[in-house]
Amino acid sequence: MTTAQATEKSVKKFSLLKVFRESRVAQGLLLISPANIYLFLFMILPLILVTVLSFLSRGTYGDVVFQFNITNYTRLFDPLYGKIFIYSLEVGLATTVLSILIGYPLAYYIARAPARQRSLLLFLILVPFWTNFIIRIYAWIMILRAGGLLDAFLEWAHITQHSLNLLYSPTAVLIGMVYEFLPFMVLPLYTSLEKIENSILEAAADLGAPPWRVFLRVTLPLSVPGMIAGTILVFIPAMGMFVIPDLMGGAKTILIGNVIRNQFLTARDWPFGAASSMILMLLTMVFTLYYTRKAGFGEELLV
Amino acid sequence: MGEFAVELRDVVKKFITPEGSELAAVNHVTMQIRHGEFFSMLGSSGCGKTTTLRMIAGFEWPTEGEIYIDGVAMGHTPPYQRTVNTVFQSYALFQHMNVFQNVAFGLEMEGVSKDETKKRVGRALEMVQLTGMDRRFPKQLSGGQQQRVALARALVKTPKVLLLDEPLGALDLKLRKEMQLELKALQQELGITFIYVTHDQEEALTMSDRIAVMSLGRVLQMGPAVEIYERPTSRFVADFIGESNFLEGKVKSVSGDQAVVVIPAWNEDLTGIAMTQVKVGDDVAVSIRPEKIRLTEDARIKENCIEGSVVSSTYIGSDTHVYLDVRGQRVKVWEQNRISTLDPRAYYQKGQKVWLSLMMENTLVLPRD
Repeated sequence: MTTAQATEKSVKKFSLLKVFRESRVAQGLLLISPANIYLFLFMILPLILVTVLSFLSRGTYGDVVFQFNITNYTRLFDPLYGKIFIYSLEVGLATTVLSILIGYPLAYYIARAPARQRSLLLFLILVPFWTNFIIRIYAWIMILRAGGLLDAFLEWAHITQHSLNLLYSPTAVLIGMVYEFLPFMVLPLYTSLEKIENSILEAAADLGAPPWRVFLRVTLPLSVPGMIAGTILVFIPAMGMFVIPDLMGGAKTILIGNVIRNQFLTARDWPFGAASSMILMLLTMVFTLYYTRKAGFGEELLV
Repeated sequence: MGEFAVELRDVVKKFITPEGSELAAVNHVTMQIRHGEFFSMLGSSGCGKTTTLRMIAGFEWPTEGEIYIDGVAMGHTPPYQRTVNTVFQSYALFQHMNVFQNVAFGLEMEGVSKDETKKRVGRALEMVQLTGMDRRFPKQLSGGQQQRVALARALVKTPKVLLLDEPLGALDLKLRKEMQLELKALQQELGITFIYVTHDQEEALTMSDRIAVMSLGRVLQMGPAVEIYERPTSRFVADFIGESNFLEGKVKSVSGDQAVVVIPAWNEDLTGIAMTQVKVGDDVAVSIRPEKIRLTEDARIKENCIEGSVVSSTYIGSDTHVYLDVRGQRVKVWEQNRISTLDPRAYYQKGQKVWLSLMMENTLVLPRD
């Protein structure tokens, strides 16, 4: 049967089954459809809803009125919100940087530990996830509050005389954030550090590099992919976090996550909440893209 | 300049096994490697050859004994302060650097100027025939090319001694043969001492000025290829290098370096050369290489001649491998196919009766171990 005949026939009698039998493209689309359906339902559809919502208006009683409205976005240029955005960015960055500084030595230690100990150490990193997140935050509150565990210990050790008054301060928020997000930095860092073969480090030493230069020229660059992955996993959720600032930051620390939460739950201004979410998403995306490019997500490292 | 490029004096390296017991990976090894020598350490895996090399490089420190590089005791000198460089079995190239950066790494560590680095890297890449590959990344190179980069990276430092840990192990046979010749040529051209670790006896025989045959952490024999092959001093070496027939027996008499050995299995006496000091009554093994036995249709020589029957034979082109039964003992003989013929009898048929002539100088008397 020639191609011409085949086309003629399929035109004559169109059947879906035939399309799938003959077209590789159609087969491919069918095969990836579960992923596509998932993406559509849980990402594209909500995103469309939020986008549409962000251009609508708030009704008198907190309902949504179908009336085009751009003020949701213009309102965000108020210096007040600008400050909150910048502050959120700062907290997100500080959380990420601290997670790297604390997580790197930890990940390095685990990656270089004997194989038997490695799985135990990794397991210990994951153990906190067995307890509910809110409960763990309350545990931190018990530790940090005035006259709490930390104060008691420091006074007992004669390091301080008075309470540090850590709780309900930006420091407490940072402690909570770093605590919460540290595993998300350690795990990808571990993965890339563990992949570095011992012989690579030996080769560097053999070629005349003392340990610190081996670290700077070989270990560090080879762990960049892990650091990028960890940064994405820490920075993005840290930017939107509202539970920790709520519970540990008191009234003074408001992040953009709190603003969005409040618009939806307290102020009942859904369109403005949606607009804030859109801007947060854009900011995070721009930052992440810039960072991954800048950090040299080079082709040679992707593999 | 020290008398030797590298010298090991009674070096021991002990490891603690996961079960908690002590294991001597290297057991009282003493060797002297001369300047400009191509020296090989040959042995099967676990014989201590790689550990010995790693101790010379400085990745491990001896438990006992001392290593001298160019006459200087190394003690606990770290690898980055030693004047030796290593080519690793796994190449160990820096994946995040291109070829140029990989080769330049060692010079960067020395603080060599940019211009000088460019010149020397260029020369090193030329040496290993990789000119023009500077900008490629290791992932974009074939195994053979990666091997060359590893070689250039070590050679660019102009080390006094180059250590090579089974560098050709991952290459296919043809490429390996090519690289063997290239390495040997390079070594002669540069006059650098090469210490080469391999489990491939042919590789060691092809390239080395001297070979140390190792087993269970000890050096069993050290010498030029010819000596190792033709005059092994132990049954292990005779067995490990090439192939050999072994017959067990007892020394009946000794005169000079010749010994007469009673072979109970044959109910016969064989005269051979004693490779070590033997005395009457010693239990010994007689070793005869398969290519050194002649097969004849009739017994022309009375001395050391014995009849056998062919069990099987394999024609392999240049040679015929004949397996014989000689009074209940299996003996293998490699016969060269000197005459071009299609006559099947020339290639020995099953059941065919032949005479084996065992020349006295090919019959080696070794201690039984």
